[in-house]
Amino acid sequence: MTKFRGYRRPDGRIGVRNHVAVLSAMDNSNAAASRIGAMVNGTVVLSTPFGRTQIGHDSEMTTRTLAGFGSHPNIASVLVVGLSLDSANALADRIRPSGKPIGTLGLQDCGGPINLTAEGAKMATDMVIAASRLAREECDFSDLSIAVECGGSDTTSGIASNPALGHFADRFVDAGGTIVLSEPAEFMGAEHILAERAESPEDRQRIYDMVKWFEDEAGRAGVDMRGINPTPDNIRGGLTTLEEKSLGAIIKGGTRPVREVIDYSEPSTKRGLVIMNTPSAACESMTGLAGGGSQIILFSTGRGNAIGAPVAPTVKVSGNPNTVSSMTEIIDLDVSGILTRGESVESAGERLWNEVLAVASGALVRCEVLGEEQLAVSRFGPSV
Amino acid sequence: MAEMGRAIVMSPEDNTAVALADLAAGEDVSLKIAGRTVTTRLLDAVGFGHKFALKDIAAGEKVFKYGTVIGLASSAIASGQHVHIHNVESIRVRGDKKK
Repeated sequence: MTKFRGYRRPDGRIGVRNHVAVLSAMDNSNAAASRIGAMVNGTVVLSTPFGRTQIGHDSEMTTRTLAGFGSHPNIASVLVVGLSLDSANALADRIRPSGKPIGTLGLQDCGGPINLTAEGAKMATDMVIAASRLAREECDFSDLSIAVECGGSDTTSGIASNPALGHFADRFVDAGGTIVLSEPAEFMGAEHILAERAESPEDRQRIYDMVKWFEDEAGRAGVDMRGINPTPDNIRGGLTTLEEKSLGAIIKGGTRPVREVIDYSEPSTKRGLVIMNTPSAACESMTGLAGGGSQIILFSTGRGNAIGAPVAPTVKVSGNPNTVSSMTEIIDLDVSGILTRGESVESAGERLWNEVLAVASGALVRCEVLGEEQLAVSRFGPSV
Repeated sequence: MAEMGRAIVMSPEDNTAVALADLAAGEDVSLKIAGRTVTTRLLDAVGFGHKFALKDIAAGEKVFKYGTVIGLASSAIASGQHVHIHNVESIRVRGDKKK
């Protein structure tokens, strides 16, 4: 059993980071949350530009995502701020099952943003000091949920970096861990490969349905997806069609059976390979993956894409020799040797395994250090 | 001169290969495909990561990579020609054709 050093949380999940979050319940408390975060070192501010008067699926997706971040095992404690205590408490109630310390504040109840900032800064200071006294302990690597993502893809993604991620994914699943693959629009042309690997007929159908939904959306909008997906940088990188991009993209999930298909920001209930329904925009997708509780994201890039998820350290892997030499500051693991030196995928996968173990035990990744992080909750309809 | 390692073919059924360097028109590229060495003379310059045809592909014929169809030839493609958006179309996501 492979071990690493992590933070054991009250709900039994394991953290690879020990953040204190200042979580804004919706758009109208973001400024106050940012002000508290700027005052108190050691906090991470989590906010989304929408929330108030969202309805139906969007409302649930936003709340589930914010609650998922608040409950995330990489977060030791959370201060929830809202326009009123009602909205702060409603969100906090969905985080309480995690058992972690939670504070709530309302801007109206505090008597304005200045009082809220002062009160929130005091509470956050106490939280950061308490969190700093928590210690890492030996944990099972396979208790982690690790998500796989790609962005700024080119031909090298399907030949080098995604195969390295796929090798990691199979080994991690075989060890008892959970791998989350997302972005079903980028299964298009390759969905039969994943659908045939679904353990249940319901999930098999769901994979086809998710892909068809995205394809139908392009139909309803009357657009030719070329130039949108594949994107112009994908095309410059040699990817001709979405089918070609998809075939290269699904490799990063490995080859094991699909145990479960889950919705955006939903936690998985099974171990093994899991598919989450997210849009193929990387920030939105990674927000769903982190919102669902994945502790680490492995991000394969060809052309170079710097962005990572807040809270869940995002490990950048590239097989493009030009990108790894021109964008050294964003690439955590160079696997271009697969193309230039005949390095085997197994060897690159082994190096990735060691890299992820180090990150799980606290080694920082580049987008964390650079602050290249963006939370972006998906939305499909208008607010009312 | 034919040189190995200048390109890669993902699956023996494929009718395309991927350049692993910036390749010049007129260059001979040799690839081992299912134990056989296949040499293709390039008709176009093919940049790193881009594809070229390993055999003649008729207009409307399927284009293969990873042993799977990645699209249809929108015009005839000769062996050694650059294969990209100018001569291959996606079969999927053409909302503009559904009007």
